[in-house]
Amino acid sequence: MSALDDRPLLVAEGLTKHYGQHIGCADVSLDIHEGEVVAVVGESGSGKSTLLGLLSTQLLPSAGSVRYLMRDGEERELLSLSEAERRFLLRTDWGFVHQDARLGLRMGVSAGGNVGERLMAVGWRHYGRIRAEAEHWLDRVEIARSRIDDRPDTFSGGMRQRLQIAKNMVTRPRLIFMDEPTGGLDVSVQARLLDLIRGFVSDYGLAAVIVTHDLAVARLLSHRIVVMRHGRVIETGLTDQVLDDPREPYTQLLVASILQA
Amino acid sequence: MSHSSEMIRVNAVTKTFVMHLRDGARLPVVAGVSFNVGRGECAVLGGPSGTGKSSILKMIYGNYRADAGRIEINGPDGWRDIARASPRAVLSLRTSTIGYVSQFLRVIPRIGAIDIVAASARETGLDEPAARVRAITLLELLNVPERLWNLPPATFSGGEQQRINIARGFAAERPILLLDEPTASLDAANRAAVVSLIEARKKAGAAVLGIFHDEDVRDRVADRVIDVQKFAPEASTP
Repeated sequence: MSALDDRPLLVAEGLTKHYGQHIGCADVSLDIHEGEVVAVVGESGSGKSTLLGLLSTQLLPSAGSVRYLMRDGEERELLSLSEAERRFLLRTDWGFVHQDARLGLRMGVSAGGNVGERLMAVGWRHYGRIRAEAEHWLDRVEIARSRIDDRPDTFSGGMRQRLQIAKNMVTRPRLIFMDEPTGGLDVSVQARLLDLIRGFVSDYGLAAVIVTHDLAVARLLSHRIVVMRHGRVIETGLTDQVLDDPREPYTQLLVASILQA
Repeated sequence: MSHSSEMIRVNAVTKTFVMHLRDGARLPVVAGVSFNVGRGECAVLGGPSGTGKSSILKMIYGNYRADAGRIEINGPDGWRDIARASPRAVLSLRTSTIGYVSQFLRVIPRIGAIDIVAASARETGLDEPAARVRAITLLELLNVPERLWNLPPATFSGGEQQRINIARGFAAERPILLLDEPTASLDAANRAAVVSLIEARKKAGAAVLGIFHDEDVRDRVADRVIDVQKFAPEASTP
């Protein structure tokens, strides 16, 4: 592997976010390489969703920077991109899967329309080809083609999450952000969704940042783990190392709190 | 890879668990662990239970952290200290160089036994058909009944799970093989199968480091025994 290929996809340095007096996220630095899955764990209020918002430029940092390796091989400081460039990145090279599907889908637009929208953003115009591509991705996420004209507000929670994934995957992103993607789902539905995500990550060499409070999800999906508390990263490393040999008191508490089925 | 005949060099490695949920109680595991393992040999970690043998294997695999010392692995880019390697470097060494058969099967749920074994074979570059052939060969050698091949191992007996674990561990042929009591819950026929697999790996030049409580198996595969009791930490560690 050449030194050039080994450049990280995304480099965050010193990311900090204040909400008035309150610290959302303090001095977080993180690299993500192509094909690498990083889980961000911690309890509610630990700053993990703030970090995800900062990495994906949906939030503006109080301090710090995020650099990204664009598809043309150029490294760009994301804060210096124009609004249009940033939106284009989010719609093409990135994906975002929200816990609340209403944030990631247009509930009043058909399933096919939701998927097709991202294709149109990258210049697809031919209706038949857009529809065929949408059908292909509905198949891939195990949603019946017959539902293509139905609106996501008629879908179950698990189907909505799968539709979000189809919508994101259609432009073949290199990096996908997920905020508690399995939160609030029944365990059997959760299992199916996790299998789907795991398959996509390995089949397409996706890099992903997954925010979860569920250490089992982190173990199943991630290569690396970042443990957050009070807005700071308190421990980070190889996922199995952090979970099997946790060093920090708080990480030990998290690991000891897992229910053994 | 360095042309040295050695594959693993462990030097002055120390490990203590600090249990913060028990008021920071310190549990010293090992201190001053030093030994090398070369190509084509099988070294066995010996000593009673609780002397840190599994912890040593886990540190060499990068699963446990070492507090001090060096654990050098002869990988594709030369010697790397796994105790200080980045997570990506550890994962890369695991893919290229270090195989590990743990004491208990831990797998991704909902995946059939044969797919688990074949996926492991693919990690070292076999294509899908070749990986399946390799998986079938191993499952047959280890007497796993064919009706189980497509089922996820979660419901298997302890012995069946362990044989899937061994098949997975041997499916990928890497220059270093770490074995944590692979024969613990096996009958005589399957113990013999594991012995033949270990001998084949040695013959192919792999460095094998294992823990075997079964004396019969140990006597048949071990070229030498490393007594882990000499790495016992001082009882008076503060």
